[in-house]
Amino acid sequence: MELNTLARLCDARGVSGDEAEIRDIIRQQAGGRVDVLGNLLVARPDPAGGPSVRVMLAAHMDEVGFLVTHLEKNGRLRFSTVGGIDPRVLPGLAVLVGRDRAPGIIGLGPPHLLDRKESPAVARVDDLLIDVGCSSREEAERWFSVGDYATFATVAGELGDGLVLAKALDDRAGCAVLLEVLAEEYPGVELHAVFTVQEEIGLRGARVAAHAIAPEVGLVLEGTIAAEGAGREEADRVTAVGAGPVLSLMDRTSIASREMVRVLVEVAEQAGLPYQFRRSGQGGNDAGAISLALEGVPTAAISVPCRYLHGPASVASLEDVDRVARLTAAFVRRVGTEGLRFRY
Amino acid sequence: MKELIGRLTGAYGPSGREDEVRRLIAGELEGHVDGCRTDALGNLIAWKGGPGPRIMLAAHMDEIGFMVTHVDENGFARYAVVGSMDHQVLLGQRVVFPGGRMGVIGSERVEKPEEMKHEKLFIDAGAGAGVGVGDVAVFHRPLEESGCRLVAKAMDDRVGCAILVEVGRRLTSAPNQVFLVFTAQEEVGLRGARTSAYGIGPDCGVAVDVTDTGDTPKARTMEVSLGKGPAVKVMDTYLMCHPGVRRALEESAAAAGTPFQREVLERGGTDAGAIAVTREGVPAGVVSIPTRYIHTPSEMVDYADVEGAVALLLAFVSRPLDLS
Repeated sequence: MELNTLARLCDARGVSGDEAEIRDIIRQQAGGRVDVLGNLLVARPDPAGGPSVRVMLAAHMDEVGFLVTHLEKNGRLRFSTVGGIDPRVLPGLAVLVGRDRAPGIIGLGPPHLLDRKESPAVARVDDLLIDVGCSSREEAERWFSVGDYATFATVAGELGDGLVLAKALDDRAGCAVLLEVLAEEYPGVELHAVFTVQEEIGLRGARVAAHAIAPEVGLVLEGTIAAEGAGREEADRVTAVGAGPVLSLMDRTSIASREMVRVLVEVAEQAGLPYQFRRSGQGGNDAGAISLALEGVPTAAISVPCRYLHGPASVASLEDVDRVARLTAAFVRRVGTEGLRFRY
Repeated sequence: MKELIGRLTGAYGPSGREDEVRRLIAGELEGHVDGCRTDALGNLIAWKGGPGPRIMLAAHMDEIGFMVTHVDENGFARYAVVGSMDHQVLLGQRVVFPGGRMGVIGSERVEKPEEMKHEKLFIDAGAGAGVGVGDVAVFHRPLEESGCRLVAKAMDDRVGCAILVEVGRRLTSAPNQVFLVFTAQEEVGLRGARTSAYGIGPDCGVAVDVTDTGDTPKARTMEVSLGKGPAVKVMDTYLMCHPGVRRALEESAAAAGTPFQREVLERGGTDAGAIAVTREGVPAGVVSIPTRYIHTPSEMVDYADVEGAVALLLAFVSRPLDLS
C-alpha cells in the first residue's frame, strides 16, 4: 500500500453524518451511486455472466470527531463528541473546524494555575471549548455556526519504517483496501462494494445498504483495536500491529459465520499470509447490521490492526493493509470460483 | 418429556454454535411436522397445519458460554462472556468444550471482593494443547430432579425448546399455520428471532422462554412463583405485550384448564421483543416458565409449570386466532 494513497483518504474530512468530502474522493476513483443516507454503492456485475454469488463488501467512510453545538459569548465553540472518544485525549488538542478547516484548539487553563486538589483528574467534555481565535459571539458567527463539524488536525505521515500514523485509520484503512480489491475481477461474483456512513454512531449506513442489496455473503473491512499501550498484559492486547489480518470471531454486535472464518483461515494459509484472531468480545462493526438484514446474511470481518484507535493519531502497518487486501481478494475469488454461500 | 429436557439441556449450544441442539430438535420433530428449514443465522424453522393465519412460536436454542481469548503457556485460558453472566457464580464451576474437553474456573488472588471481575478469572483446561482462541465452553451439569423441581444448566431456554417440540408432536390439526421456530443467538441480542420473523412474516408471535421469580428469601418483589403455572407476560424491557395476544393466551389457559400467572419483568427480554418490531410490526406475547437462578449452572423450574405451558400453547394454536 502506497503511503500517499492511504494518507489522502485519512486526511479527508468525514465525521459521521458529514461524509461528503471523503465520499467524493472515493467516488472519483470508483464511481457508484449514493443512497438516501449517503452510502456510496459500487456494483460490479459478474464478469463471467453468472450464475453468481451476491457479495457485499463494506468499509465505513465516517470517522469519530466533533460537532459544534453552541457559540459562546466569548467567541469559543461548545461541542459534542461524535462516536466514542476518550475524554482524556481532548485538553490541548488541535482540531480543524468546518469545511474550510479553520484551525482551533481545545483549550484548558495553564498548569501554573492548576489546583491539584480541586481539579478533577480528567476534564469533562462539558467544561471544554474550542478556541478558534474569535473574541465575541458576533465575530464567531461570521465564520462558524451550530452544526459545523470538526476533526482531529493530524496530518498523515510515515512512522518509523513501514508504519503509518494518521487520524481516521478506522476505517479509511478499510476504504483503501476496498478500493484495491475493486481493481480486480471476480468471476462468479456479483460484487457490491459499499462505502458506508454513520458506522461510528450505530452501524446505520450498513443497515439500509444491506437491505437494498440483499447480499448472500457479507464481508466487512475494518480498522480494529491493537491494545498495545503501556501497562497492558499480553493476554489483553486483542491484536498486534504487524502480525497480519485480523479475523473477528465475536463482538458486541455479531458472531462471525464460522464457515466463513474457516475458509478465510484456509485462504490465508494457502496464500502464505499471516493472520490473527481478534481476542476480545468488545466493540462492534458493520457486520452487526449486515448479518441481521432481511432473513439474515452469513457475515465476517477482516481488519487492519491499529494502535490508539479513535484517538487523534492511530498507527498501522502498511504491510498489514496490503495483506488484508490480498486476503480479501483471494477470499472473494474463491467464493466466486466455488460458488460458496456459507449456508447451514 | 423430562427425558427430552434432560437431553436438550445436556446438549452443547452457546450462541452462534447451536448445531448440536438444532440436530437434536430436527430429529425429534421428524415425521411430526409438514416441513423444516434452517436459515442463514442457523434458526431452525418447522411448520405444521394451516392454511389460516401464521402463528410463530419461538424458543431459543442458544445458551450462555465462555469464548477463549487467550491461552498462556501453562494452558490457562482467558475468556470473553457469550451472553451475560455474573462473575460471582463462577469460581470452581466446571465447563466443557466441544469434543468433551473439561475445564475448571479459577481465580487470581483478589484482595477485596469488590475487585473481582471476569478479567480476574480463567479456565484451567488442563496443561498442554487442545484449547485455542475462539473455542467456546459452556457449563457442565447434568439434569437433576428434586421433588417436583427440575434443575439443569441451559434450562434457559431448552425448556422452551422442549415445550415447542412437545406442541409439534401433540398437535393434530390446527386452523392456523403454526411455525415452530428454534432461534439462534438470543442471549447476545435477540438476533435469530429478528431474521426468522422477517422470513416468516407472522400474523402473531409468541416467545416461550424462562422468567425470573420473586419467591425466594428476600428476593426482589415479583409476582411470579414456581409451581403456580406458566406465566403470561404483560411487559418487559423490550416488549409491551399486545393486549389481544395476552387475552388469547389467558383464555387458552382457561380452556386448557391450566392455572397461569401474570408476569411483569422489570429487567430482561425475550425473542418476542424482536419479533414485535419486524417488518410492519407483529402482535406479540410471551409464555414464560418461572425459573430460579437464571444464568447460573443450576436453573430450576417446576415440572407442572412446564406441562401447563404445553397445554396452554396447544389450546392457543388450535383455536381460531382472535386478537381483538
